[in-house]
Amino acid sequence: MGEYIAILIGSSLISNVVLSQFLGLCPFLGVSKKTETATGMGVAVIFVITISSFVTGVIYKFLLLPLGISYLQTIVFILIIAALVQFVEMFLKKYVVSLYNSLGVYLPLITTNCAVLGVALTNVQKDYSIGKGVANGFATAVGFTISIILLAGLREKMEYNNIPKPLQGMPHVLLTAGLMAIAFCGFSGISF
Amino acid sequence: MNKPVERLYNGILKENPTFVLTLGMCPTLAVTTSAINGLGMGLSTMVVLALSNLLIAALRNFIPNRVRIPAFIVIVASFVTVTQLLLQGFVPVLYESLGIYIPLIVVNCIILGRAESYASKNPMIPSLFDGIGMGLGFTMALTMIGLVREILGSGQAFGFRILPDSYVPISIFIMAPGAFFVLATLTAIQNKIKIEGEKKGKDMSKIQSGCMSDCASCGDTGCAHRFYDENAKPGPVGKADAKADTAAKTVETVSEGKEETK
Repeated sequence: MGEYIAILIGSSLISNVVLSQFLGLCPFLGVSKKTETATGMGVAVIFVITISSFVTGVIYKFLLLPLGISYLQTIVFILIIAALVQFVEMFLKKYVVSLYNSLGVYLPLITTNCAVLGVALTNVQKDYSIGKGVANGFATAVGFTISIILLAGLREKMEYNNIPKPLQGMPHVLLTAGLMAIAFCGFSGISF
Repeated sequence: MNKPVERLYNGILKENPTFVLTLGMCPTLAVTTSAINGLGMGLSTMVVLALSNLLIAALRNFIPNRVRIPAFIVIVASFVTVTQLLLQGFVPVLYESLGIYIPLIVVNCIILGRAESYASKNPMIPSLFDGIGMGLGFTMALTMIGLVREILGSGQAFGFRILPDSYVPISIFIMAPGAFFVLATLTAIQNKIKIEGEKKGKDMSKIQSGCMSDCASCGDTGCAHRFYDENAKPGPVGKADAKADTAAKTVETVSEGKEETK
């Protein structure tokens, strides 16, 4: 149990996926203008990463390892993830229309989100069991959601600030993200 | 200028993936803690980019348009796996320090973007040189960013101490927040050049924020494509309505800007 708690806190806060590993930077910077859309993106990411870390974990343990072809992991994982995202999208569109209406637009954007592949590869690298892999995926995605919602909140407050013209837009957002990264460095004091 | 030279020039200066198009930011920020790491990452990406461009261009008349994205992904992922195994075997130090970012070359926007916008519509030789040019541009940018961060953050360049001992390194520059600050400065300079160029009435539309301004714009560069494209026309990729090589049409405004960025 203790190990699971360590994974949950470690992956969501201490080594935050965006602010210290730079994975999933595109949606982090692109979809953080409003808190509502940021929340939608965050929930979609939690959904996809949790499912994909389960599926890739199962495939790795029961297909790639027994056949001795674990070196094919990158190719297999990226195809599984891309197909999975499309499949989830079709499934939601057909059977869970309300969820599709709120998450649908974000799903195609996640296909090549490097955080999804990053989690699958980290699970293999750290030799996590399937349960721990899912916990790691869930925690990573929660970390992503926390940071994107925080950034969106800050951006909403700063939207009408008077700042020099070249700094408007991305540079300004990146500076904010840098300050957030400093704040998140504080979590590295927590150790298990 | 003949085609290969034009493609190299285009990739390194006119459409530099990092400084002009602002693509592939995840690896750019993550591995540029030192100049050597930036160089290693850039060269690995260049190899993958050049080889996958070559193969995609060779197969462009056989890949059905509807499943082109999965086909491109398989090709790119195969070359990434080959590169990863070679690095693990011959340059284990670099392999250790780049870690998970080597397999993540697969999802680098630059690679799928070039496959989609250039290699799938052009013959093999120009595509190969397009990949090499873009890869060199990326390598150069990563090495430069790595160098700046290494000098500021540890007073070293390529592992050799170059600043006097009285210089106290600003170690935050080799940590995660420093990456954001360096990129913020870079985009600010980019904005400045763009604003001034527009004042003079030049076409600066090539300078863009890549994936960063709005995720919807990723569609053009290959980031946000659907796995199976229902709306695509059936038939081979190369025969789909090929866009003219936009690079040739753009005004040579960017090369001026590059001097200031350096």
